[in-house]
Amino acid sequence: MDTLLHQFFQQLINGISLGSIYALIALGYTMIYGIIKLINFAHGDIYMLGAYFGFFATTQLGLSFIPAIILSMACAALVGIIIERIAYKPMRNAPRIAILITAIGVSFFLEYGMILLVSPQPRTFPAVFTPTVYNFGPLVANSQQIVILVSAIILMAVLTYIVNKTKAGKAMRAVSFDADAARLMGINIDRVISMTFALGSALAAAGGVLVGVYYNSIDPLMGMMPGLKAFVAAVLGGIGIIPGAMIGGIILGVVEAMVSGFISSTFRDAAAFGILILILLYKPAGLLGKNVREKV
Amino acid sequence: MKRGTKLLSLLTAGMLFAALSTGCGGSDSGASDKTVKVGGLLEMTGGSASFGISSKNGIDLAFKDINAKGGVLGGKQLALVVADTKSEASEATNGMQKLISQDKVVAVIGPNQSSAVIAASAINNGAKVPGITPMGTNPDITVNPADGKTRAYNFRACFIDPFQGTVMASFAYDDLAVRKAAVLIDNTSDYSKGLAKFFTENFTKKGGSVVVEEAFLQKDTDFKSTLTKIKVANPDFIYIPGYYQEVGLIIKQARELGIDVPIAGGDGWDSAKLPEIAGKAALNDTYFSSLYSSDDASDINKKFVEEYQKAYNSKPDVFAALAYDSALLVAKAIEDAKSAEPAKIAEAMSKISGFKGVSGDVVFDEQHNPIKSAVIIEYVDGVQTFKTKVNP
Repeated sequence: MDTLLHQFFQQLINGISLGSIYALIALGYTMIYGIIKLINFAHGDIYMLGAYFGFFATTQLGLSFIPAIILSMACAALVGIIIERIAYKPMRNAPRIAILITAIGVSFFLEYGMILLVSPQPRTFPAVFTPTVYNFGPLVANSQQIVILVSAIILMAVLTYIVNKTKAGKAMRAVSFDADAARLMGINIDRVISMTFALGSALAAAGGVLVGVYYNSIDPLMGMMPGLKAFVAAVLGGIGIIPGAMIGGIILGVVEAMVSGFISSTFRDAAAFGILILILLYKPAGLLGKNVREKV
Repeated sequence: MKRGTKLLSLLTAGMLFAALSTGCGGSDSGASDKTVKVGGLLEMTGGSASFGISSKNGIDLAFKDINAKGGVLGGKQLALVVADTKSEASEATNGMQKLISQDKVVAVIGPNQSSAVIAASAINNGAKVPGITPMGTNPDITVNPADGKTRAYNFRACFIDPFQGTVMASFAYDDLAVRKAAVLIDNTSDYSKGLAKFFTENFTKKGGSVVVEEAFLQKDTDFKSTLTKIKVANPDFIYIPGYYQEVGLIIKQARELGIDVPIAGGDGWDSAKLPEIAGKAALNDTYFSSLYSSDDASDINKKFVEEYQKAYNSKPDVFAALAYDSALLVAKAIEDAKSAEPAKIAEAMSKISGFKGVSGDVVFDEQHNPIKSAVIIEYVDGVQTFKTKVNP
C-alpha cells in the first residue's frame, strides 16, 4: 500500500512536468482558435522551431538558459506573425475547411523545410545547467522538472495578465467575442490577430526549449505528437478558453503518467486520444466550456 | 483485413510498375560491359540514419578496394546505387522496387532494420534478386514464418536475434550474477520484440525471473512513468533491446530516477550519439551485445580499421564493418557464380565457403544465417570498451 502511494505521487510529479509542456502548447492552440476559429495544426511545428532556435542560441551564440529562451520566443513570435500574414490572412474569408487544410500544409512545410535545412538527424541539446536531483523521501524530482513547472507557471501568469489587464488583451477578448462589433468600435483586427499569433507562438517556443533542455534531444518531426496531444488538451479544457488549456494540459499529462504507471505504457496514447473521443461525445464544449446554442 | 488489402494493392501496383518498366527498357541491363550495379537500400535519413550512413561508408570502401584490384568477372567494376529507406518499412519497400525495376541491380545490400528488411523481402524474392542485410537480426528475414521455409533470396551478414538475446541472458546471469530482470521493449520494432523474447526464454531457463515487462514506441520522449513502475518492481537488471535514440533517453531518465542497476541491450545501441543523449556518467554499468569490435586483432580487421580511419576520419562502427563484409560477400558470390545474373549470385552465396570478413569467418547454414561469434561491449565513461567474447 505504501509503495502504491509512493508510486502514485511519483507519477503525479512525472505527469505534471509533462502536462505543463502540453499546457504551454495548448495555450497557443486555444488563443488562435478563440480569435479566428482556426485550429492551427502548424502549432506543434512552431514548438519544434522554438527548440531549434533555443539550440542555436545556446550552441552558436553561447547564450545561457534565460536569454536563450527569450530569444527563441522572440524569433518564434516573428515566425508566427509571418505565417499568419502569408498563409492565413489571404484565407480570412474562405471556408473554414480551406484554412484548416492550409494549416496542415504549413505544418508539412515547416517539418520538411527543417529536414532540408538542419538534416533529419536528431541533435543533442547542450546541458545549459547541471541537473540536480532532489529526493523527498522515496520521491524523486530533478531541477529540470522544477524549472519546467516554474517557467510554465510564470509564462501562464504573464499571459493571464496580458489578456485580462492590458488594453491589448481587452482588444483580443473583444475580437474573440465578436469580431465585427470590435471592428466597428475601431479595433484594428489584423493587429490583434498578429499579436495573438505572436503570443501563442512564443509560448510554444518556450515549451520547445524546455523540452530540449529536459529530454536532451530534438529533431524536425518532434512537434507532431506533442502538437496532437496539446490539441487534445485544448479540446479537453474547452477550446478557446485560456484557463481550460492549462487545466487540460495538466490533466492530460497526469492521465498519461497514471495510465503508463498503473495499467500499461502501451495504452498511454490510446488513453490520450480516448479522452478526445469521450469529450467530443459527452461534453464537446470542454470541461470549462458552456454549452452555447448555435443559431442556424 | 485492411492490412491485407493494402499489401495486395501495393503488390499489384508493384507488378504493374515492374511490367511497365521492363516493357520499355531492355531486360537485365544490371550488368553492362563495364560495370555491375549493386543496390544499397539504406537508412540515409530518419531516426536510424547513422546506421545507413555508416553502412554506405563500409560498402564504398569495399567496392573501392575490389575495383582497385581489378573488379569482378575479369575487369568489371562494381557500382553502388543507393536508395533511402528514411528508416521506415514502407519506404524500404518502395526503394527495393525502384532498385530492382528501375536501376536493375543484380543484388541489394541492406536495409539494416529488421522490420524494413521483412517488408521489402516480398519484392526481392518475387523478382529473384538476392538481398543481403548487414545488420537485420530478426529470424523472419531469412525464414518465412508462414510456412517455415527459407527465403531463397534473403541473406544476412550478422547473427540472428535468438543468439543476441540468448547471449545477453547468459552474460547477465553468469557474469553479472543478476536474477531479477526487467524487460523494456520497443513495440514498433520486430528487432526489439525478437531480442526480448529470446532473452526472456534463456534467462528464465537458467533460473532467473523477469519481474516486469513494459513497452514503448519509437519517437517517445518521456519514459519516467514507465521507469517509475519498473523501479517499484525492484529489478537488479534492465534489458532494453531498442535503438539508440530512445535508449539514450531511457538510460538518462532511469539514472535521474535513481535506478542504478546494470542496463543492457542489443546492437541497436551502437552509435556515437548514445553517450551524447544519455550522458557519459549515466552510461556507466551498461552493456550491449554486438558482433563486431574495432579492437578485434585479426589482420583483415586491422587493415580495414586503418583504411576506414584514413577515409572517414573515425573508427568504423559495427554497421560499417558488417556492410563491408556484405559487400565482400556479394563480390565473392559474383565471382563464384562466374555470372552477374541475380539468381546465380543467390545460389553461389548460399554455398559460399572460405570467406574471411572483418567481423569473422562466414559460412551460411541452411536458413541463410551465418555461423560466427559475438562480443559484449561495456560503456566506461562514454567509451565503448571490449568486455568479453561469446562463442556460438
